[in-house]
Parts: sequence; structure tokens; C-alpha cells
Amino acid sequence: MALIAFGLIAAIVILSAVFVIAARNPVHSVLWLILTFCSAAGLFVLIGAEFLAMLLIVVYVGAVAVLFLFVVMMLDVDFVELKEGTLRYWPFALLVGLIFFGELALVWATSGQISAASFDPSPGGETNAEAIGAVMYTDYLLLFQMAGVILLVAMIGAIVLTLRHRPNVKRQNVGEQTGRRRADAFEMKDPAPGEGI
Amino acid sequence: MAELGLIHFLMLSAALFTVGVVGIFVNRKNIIVILMALELILLAVNINLVAFSVFTGTIEGQIFAMLVLTVAAAEAAVGLAILVVYFRNRRDISVENVDLMKG
Repeated sequence: MALIAFGLIAAIVILSAVFVIAARNPVHSVLWLILTFCSAAGLFVLIGAEFLAMLLIVVYVGAVAVLFLFVVMMLDVDFVELKEGTLRYWPFALLVGLIFFGELALVWATSGQISAASFDPSPGGETNAEAIGAVMYTDYLLLFQMAGVILLVAMIGAIVLTLRHRPNVKRQNVGEQTGRRRADAFEMKDPAPGEGI
Repeated sequence: MAELGLIHFLMLSAALFTVGVVGIFVNRKNIIVILMALELILLAVNINLVAFSVFTGTIEGQIFAMLVLTVAAAEAAVGLAILVVYFRNRRDISVENVDLMKG
């Protein structure tokens, strides 16, 4: 039963991955990418890695894929022109892919041990998230913190890269604004009746 | 019928990785799809890590998968930011002309 479910979901994963790289329109590529990630999350649920599955949906579908969609739609690129001439790359790419896959297949064909293992979704009776949390916040605390630092650096880097100051655009100057006193803004006059200032 | 085993996940992950590599070759003009192919490759790595973690009964693989996820998200953010800046300067995103940016 699990094998049938695996076969179905794995077929969806591979097919949608192929469509990601073969789609004419990058927007379609992103949508196929979302399907790939959702199916992979399904696979993770199948073998009892629920926390990773939810994380995959939140991070990949919710953040990365949306970011891709945002950039693809924001950039005004002529994708038809980009797609020109890609047909002649296919034979070479397929050859490289075939060799690559053959080498990977050799690895599992020559090692006899890997097929024997069977799995237990919840070792020790605790849930997947509990098991991960018990290890991640103790043994791998430093790695966890480093992941946070990497995200911070990436965020600052992305902001610094894309921030730009256009000339001739009025901007708010907070220091100037709060440093303004009544004496700078007002001038009291006492004009005599019948005369201008 | 055979039981669902580690070998099936290794096959799937190898196939997905290969699709990603082929994708880089095929779409070598379109850097957005190259980034997507990189995400596919990282997903294949994640599937491998999680499968090994589950089938050997250790949780560490899933923690490393989470770290890979973090790095993938950071890489996508910075890569797309570079892409946006490049597009702003040149009004196109063809990879062939990137070496014109050399100082």
C-alpha cells in the first residue's frame, strides 16, 4: 500500500520536475515547482517526517516559490527570445544526464546493504516534531544559531543589493523633521494698521 | 509485493537530481530557470537526507535537511536580488552577457 502511494507521488514529483525545466513560460515553471514541492512534502508525510513536510510547504511553497513568482512577473523580460535555440542543448543535456544517472544507479546496484532497512515512523513513541526539537535545541544548538545568522546575512545582503537612492526624489529626513523648532518655522510680525509688512 | 524501502527513495532522489542537472544545461540562457533547477537539486538532497534519517532510525538527517532548507532559502533570496539588480542595469537577464559586468 505504501509502495503504491510512493510510486504515485514519486511519478508526480519526477513529471512536474521535468515540466519545471521544459516549460516555455517561467511562470508555468514556478507553478510546476510548487507541485513538485507539495508532492515531495507528501512523500515526507508518507515516511513519517511530518515536520519536514510542513516546513517544506511553508518555506518552499510559501516563501521561495512566491519569491520566484514575484521576480518572474516583475521583470519585463522577453522569455520567447530567451527560449530560442534551447532545442540544440537537449541532446547534450540528455547525454550528460544519462551518464550521471547511470553512475548514481551503479552506486545502489553495487552496494547490497541499503535495501535491507525497514522504517519506524515514531521511534520511542514521540512525535516527529518532538524528536527533532529534543535534538536540535540541545546537540545542534550551534548549527541552529548559525542557520539564523545565515538567514540574517542573506536578508541584509538582499536589501543592500536592491536598495537604491534615486536622485531628484524627495525623501523624508527624520532628523531634520524632528530637529525643527518653532523659531525656525514662525516669524512673528506686528504690522501697523493700514500698512503691509 | 516488495515493501517500501530506502532504495526507492534513493532512486527517486537520483532521478530528481538528474532532472535538475539536465535543467541547468537546457536552460543555460535563462537564469531564473537555472535557479529553479538548483532548488530541484537541493530538494533531491533533502529527500536523500530524510530517507536515510528515517530508515536508519536517527533524527539527525532531518536536522541537516532543515539546514539545507535554510541555505536554499537564503540562496534563492540573494540570487534573485542579484538578478533584479542586473536587470535594472541591463534591461535583460541573458546569462551570456554577464561578463560585461567585469570592471
